[in-house]
Amino acid sequence: MDADPDGPPAGGEAVRSLLVLENVSQRFGGLLALDELSLSLKQGEVVGLIGPNGAGKTTFVNVVTGVLKPTSGVIVFDGHRIDGKRPDRVARRGVARTFQIVQPFPHLRVRENVAAAALFAGGVASQAEASRVADEHLAFCGLERDADKPAGSLSLAGRKRLELAKGLASKPKLLLLDEVNAGLNAAEIDEALRLIAAIAARGITLLLIEHLMKVVVQSCSRVLVLHQGRLIADGPTQEIMRDEDVIEAYLGRRYAEAQRGAGI
Amino acid sequence: MLRGGLIGAAAVTVFGILLLFGDNYALRLGTTVAMYVTLATAWNIIGGFAGYPSFATAAFFGLGAYTSGIALSNGIPLSVAWAGAGLIVALFAVMLGLCILHLRGHYFAIGSLVAADVLREITNVWVSVTGGGIGLNLPLPGGDAETQAKLFLCVMSGLAGAACCAAWTLTRSRLGVALRCIAQNEDAAQVIGIDTGRSKIAALALSSLFVGIAGAIYASWTIYIDPSDVYDVSLSVKPIIMTLLGGVGTVTGPIVGAFAFLGLEELIWRNSLEFHSGFLGLLVVALVLFLPAGLGQLRVGSIWTRIRTVLPPEARP
Repeated sequence: MDADPDGPPAGGEAVRSLLVLENVSQRFGGLLALDELSLSLKQGEVVGLIGPNGAGKTTFVNVVTGVLKPTSGVIVFDGHRIDGKRPDRVARRGVARTFQIVQPFPHLRVRENVAAAALFAGGVASQAEASRVADEHLAFCGLERDADKPAGSLSLAGRKRLELAKGLASKPKLLLLDEVNAGLNAAEIDEALRLIAAIAARGITLLLIEHLMKVVVQSCSRVLVLHQGRLIADGPTQEIMRDEDVIEAYLGRRYAEAQRGAGI
Repeated sequence: MLRGGLIGAAAVTVFGILLLFGDNYALRLGTTVAMYVTLATAWNIIGGFAGYPSFATAAFFGLGAYTSGIALSNGIPLSVAWAGAGLIVALFAVMLGLCILHLRGHYFAIGSLVAADVLREITNVWVSVTGGGIGLNLPLPGGDAETQAKLFLCVMSGLAGAACCAAWTLTRSRLGVALRCIAQNEDAAQVIGIDTGRSKIAALALSSLFVGIAGAIYASWTIYIDPSDVYDVSLSVKPIIMTLLGGVGTVTGPIVGAFAFLGLEELIWRNSLEFHSGFLGLLVVALVLFLPAGLGQLRVGSIWTRIRTVLPPEARP
């Protein structure tokens, strides 16, 4: 077993850190996708991760979930080192993710998709139990009527919700939502926001990787801003949203003007 | 379920009739079809359920045949030699899997294809143990020709039944779920906590176990083996065609496919020695184009719909 650099969770702290990254770098040949990234997420937080295209957001998700082994640095999740661990091990520790480009098992039924997540990452003992757990999560995500359809037949909004249901069935402590709202219309986004709030209410720590400011402003208490692999801002949402440099450099001047015009 | 039961009942009936009334030719056909069912069902575990197009069937078959043949030549009892051959082949499959199962798609197919060639060369060169290119004569199992023929029909059919039971159990097991997820989206499978490496190796090992034992029984059945026979690439290709013919990724598909394939082999190819591999090619093309999900896809209704769509409107009934 790996040494435990974080020690046992300190009992005195009111809210302990669930995920800690220390000087994590990821290099692809000449490109430094993540540059000495250090941050921590507290238990129960809902945090937004924003940044322009190519800032390293998806690389961050891949490093945390074990898809990529970081070039250097330490990642501690729930008191255990997870950097360089295989994705299935990380998943069973309690880190779930949704994919930016949805990844269902197209020929399995919707229910079977979710049951598979419950069976493996969720640690459910039997397939019958997994199927029952799956129905609960499908109802929670508003997919109960699609349970017997092949997952490949769902609409994009449906598949995004299926990703959420799969994530929840993994019984996560931390759920990383990689652009779970991209490509949805306004009504679908409102529905997704309601779901995100309901998930947060269950005490699951959430990290939203987002382009949509509306989602970040409404859902997140804290925002991390990534640019060229570096963390350039980290603070309460309202503060970051007012930070002129962040707004103009990374959300665009026009967004800044629009926000000022809207009186936020 | 119903379909599986019907096919099972039909297979048992055929087996009973063969055992009671079969002449030598019929017994031989019965044993061959049982071997085909075994090979196709075993291939379907790795190629169908897990979606890894393995061409290593010939490697497992030949290794099983030679392991058992060498064991029998050294006086080891028949059942021990057969079971031992299966286990050694499964062990070989685990090691092969560790080497090539991280490859995907065509890369895996080519990697697995090479395994049989390597083993054939080793068998050719290692004359002191294998007899090299001259081949290996196995001790006769004893009894008259008919008793022997019936014995091999029973043993091979038993193996085929065991392979089908294993495949059926697999579809209802955790490993079965894992393999289906891997076949459809391996990255997503890993993210929901599936140990993809171990699952794939388990599938390849299980598959190879049945192929290895089939090779071992085949060796005793034919009494004589040589490298070009038991490591022949057609042993890798035929089970794939049978499975495609019957329906990939189902339990009944490979069984139906094996019978259909043997029927074709007997009817067409025995009558056309010149062009039989040409037929094989045409069959593959036709399957991929018209019946990607196998014969099970055929429905009277759907054929009728297809005919209707090509008929001019005024000719439609």
